[in-house]
Amino acid sequence: MDGISVNYYVGLSTILFVIGATGVLIRRNALIIFMSVELMLNAGNLAFVAFASAHDLLNGQVFVFFIMTVAAAEVAVGLALIVAIFRSKKSINVDEINVLKG
Amino acid sequence: MTVNLVLFLILATVAVISALGMLLSRNTVYSALFLVLNFATVAVFYLLLGAPFIAITQVTVYAGAIMVLFIFVIMLLGADPLPEGNTLPWQKWLAVGLAVILAVEGTFLISTQKAAGIISSPAADAGNPKLIGQLLFSEYVLPFEATSILLLVAMVGAIVLTSRKKGEER
Amino acid sequence: MNFSEAATSGLFFHLAPWLVFFPVIGLLINMIFGGKMSEKAVGTVASLASGAAFVVSVLLAYSLNAVHGELQTVPFAEWIHIGQLQLDWTFRVDSLSTVMMLVVSGVGTLIHIYAIGYMHEDVRFHDEVKRFRRFFVFLNLFIAMMMILVSGDSYLMLFVGWEGVGLCSFLLIGFWYDFDTLGRKSTANAEAGKKAFIANRVGDFGFLLAIFTTFWHFGTLQFDGVFEAAAAHPDPYVISAITLFMLIGVTGKSAQVPLYVWLPDAMAGPTPVSALIHAATMVTAGVYLVVRSAPLYSVVHSASYIVAMIGAVTALFAATIAVGQYDIKKVLAYSTISQLGFMVAAVGTGAYVAGIFHLAAHAFFKALLFLSAGSVILGMERGHHHLAHGHGDHADADAHHEDGEVFDPGDMRNMGNLRKQMPVTFWLYLAGTLALAGIFPFAGFWSKDEILLDAKLHAEHFPGVYWLLAIAAFLTAFYMGRQIWMVFYGKERTEVAKHAQESPPIMTVPLMFLAFLAVFGGALNLPFEGFHNLGHWLEYTIGHVEDLPLNLGVAGVSTLLALLAIFLSWLIYGKNPIKAGQPDPLKKALGPIFTGMENKWFVDEGYKAVVLDPFQKLAKFLSITLDWNFWHDWFHESVIYGFFKWLAAFLSDPVDMGIINAVADWLADLTKRSSESLRRLQNGFVRSYALSVLLGVVAILGYLLFK
Repeated sequence: MDGISVNYYVGLSTILFVIGATGVLIRRNALIIFMSVELMLNAGNLAFVAFASAHDLLNGQVFVFFIMTVAAAEVAVGLALIVAIFRSKKSINVDEINVLKG
Repeated sequence: MTVNLVLFLILATVAVISALGMLLSRNTVYSALFLVLNFATVAVFYLLLGAPFIAITQVTVYAGAIMVLFIFVIMLLGADPLPEGNTLPWQKWLAVGLAVILAVEGTFLISTQKAAGIISSPAADAGNPKLIGQLLFSEYVLPFEATSILLLVAMVGAIVLTSRKKGEER
Repeated sequence: MNFSEAATSGLFFHLAPWLVFFPVIGLLINMIFGGKMSEKAVGTVASLASGAAFVVSVLLAYSLNAVHGELQTVPFAEWIHIGQLQLDWTFRVDSLSTVMMLVVSGVGTLIHIYAIGYMHEDVRFHDEVKRFRRFFVFLNLFIAMMMILVSGDSYLMLFVGWEGVGLCSFLLIGFWYDFDTLGRKSTANAEAGKKAFIANRVGDFGFLLAIFTTFWHFGTLQFDGVFEAAAAHPDPYVISAITLFMLIGVTGKSAQVPLYVWLPDAMAGPTPVSALIHAATMVTAGVYLVVRSAPLYSVVHSASYIVAMIGAVTALFAATIAVGQYDIKKVLAYSTISQLGFMVAAVGTGAYVAGIFHLAAHAFFKALLFLSAGSVILGMERGHHHLAHGHGDHADADAHHEDGEVFDPGDMRNMGNLRKQMPVTFWLYLAGTLALAGIFPFAGFWSKDEILLDAKLHAEHFPGVYWLLAIAAFLTAFYMGRQIWMVFYGKERTEVAKHAQESPPIMTVPLMFLAFLAVFGGALNLPFEGFHNLGHWLEYTIGHVEDLPLNLGVAGVSTLLALLAIFLSWLIYGKNPIKAGQPDPLKKALGPIFTGMENKWFVDEGYKAVVLDPFQKLAKFLSITLDWNFWHDWFHESVIYGFFKWLAAFLSDPVDMGIINAVADWLADLTKRSSESLRRLQNGFVRSYALSVLLGVVAILGYLLFK
């Protein structure tokens, strides 16, 4: 069973990241935007694990562990924010949350 | 075309399609489910890359805890699609354009670099949770502890943000 | 140490500063405590202060005699030390200054005492007690200033006293600044004081120029320094300039032609002031100055001649005016001018001893005459008062002014036969008159004779002086005779004259002292071998003086002239006394000439036309046309104000609003518009911010790839 180049994984990671970024930019639904952010984090994780595997090191996997922790915390706070905003705005459309405009 | 490559391509196709599905679904619940699929695919990739611990964590934390939380919030706030709006007409095209450029740049970068390494079939004990645990509690003990504080703060924050104050109307 | 030893050792010379300080102490006492003291006490303090100065003068003279007239300088205080100008306040005690000190303090003291009585009545007349004190403060100040003048060791110190006495003169002429001599509300006396002050200012200006020239040329103002330098390097041009400038000062202070006009008006002051300042002492300061500057005048003959001629012309000119006057004090005033002319003429011809001799004698008899005239006036005033009370019309003093007819107690036409009512005053007045007229053996005979003799002897150097003086002497005797006949003989021309009353002893006793001096004052310097006392005394200061023996020719001529004049006056005024309302008999005889005399030859009118009117016109022109119309209305209002207004409008509208404001507006607008356009970036849409982040990522990655 032959190995494959790590570049494939990095390429896949890139594609997933770009899709996530696009999601952040084009969707107005705050939940979808969050999901896209998660997708981007996952793309990053995949690249980490790929490199760790290619270099036979475990540090990459440890980093992924930390990233997952941060992601979990971020989602907890982020979703709490969304709930709080929804309570006052009755909407999860980020385009309606623009009180900070100049 | 090795078996690995074929397997990779199939999984990659599933991952990309699920990601796009998440992106393009009008229904939030569908998006969430597509993302679950994507996370699961990525977990399989982790297994292929010889990181069973990460793969398991991926499934439990992401596909499990985080996505459950998402579904939970969706259920709480309602999954109705947003009304059509044209707040930022040029945003979509500009975003897509820039994303394409970013993708091209990334691809170009990858294709021009020589391969950083070949991933062969994973060693039996590679990604051994025991080794990761040793690494976490020796070299990365300080960040690990910081993470615990981070989680605590996030927990308190989430509670504070969502809890109602006394007398506040529902 | 007994008295004579003290005198010889020169101990008394250190008393010299007390000449000034006794009067100053007196005036300070009166100024500080006078408000709580009685009239008598105030007068006594002032008289004692003046008397103390007289005692000091006597001691100084005695000591000076003991040291054989050697010049004594008593340094008192440092004054001005600037570069070359080294001036101290030093007292100069020499034979000349002691004569002046004795005359000033002696006559001054007698006049102080007289003034206690005189001012008492004057004060009661106006009912102002505070004035009494002020009067004696001024009198003491005058004595102090006069002492500074005569004891000064430099021209500048002399000038200090010179200005000081001028100030006192001004203050005392205008003493009744709110009443005229007849007691009416008027500012005429203040005007007279102003006139005296301004006329003296012209003279003082000349004196100042003389002082400046002296310092410029000789580098010092100290008398001895100047005289030594002048003797060592006599520069006739500079010394002429100095002496002639000084002469201007002399004509002002000593009331010579052409600046004499202030002295007749100065009679507006109380009579003791007229006697003290404007007859006996201050006006002789000019004579003193010329004698003091004798070393300068002796260098340039032309200057001396001008001095002598001015004196002689003044003597004659004033004498003619005196003939035509009706006011008893005005006659004496012009007589004073005339006699000052005699003195100036004497010192001009180099007869310094004669000049000083006449100065002293004149101080005696003219003070006597003025004070007696004051006694006459008060006697008339008392008669007037008595009449007003006797008729029982009104009790107050102003009663007699209400009928509109003003009674002038000084007008000789209101008098007549006063020797009956005022016998003491009559005899005193007669003594003064005979002395002034130059009748043997009164003081005036000897002193005037010496002047005439000097003028005659030096006639080839000073042509004309003798004849002018001789005619003046004749006129002097004539107008004094006229006065005697008009005042004391004939019939009373008014009711008031019938009721005139004699003056109290406090006034007449000092006059007796003066009368004694007027009669026997000639003994100071009799023209006989061994009797040239004053001449020898002054030799210590002004050098050797030729002892002139009595010249029977000159003495005889002058005596004859005097007797003739008195006889003539008897013919005109004594034989047929003028009746009330009758014009002066001379008027018929002399016609327009008498009109000229009567009106002072229209000199005042001439000055008014030549000097005052043009000056006032000029002042009016300057104030109205130049200052107001030109400077204020045109220049300030139109040009400056207009230009400023235009400039302000220009600056405010086109410049400020147009340029500065526009720039500021444009800047503000620019900021506003740019910020408005930038504001769109801050649109509040989180997706836009994310987009810009992505843009940054793409850009940085692109840069890294393609750099």
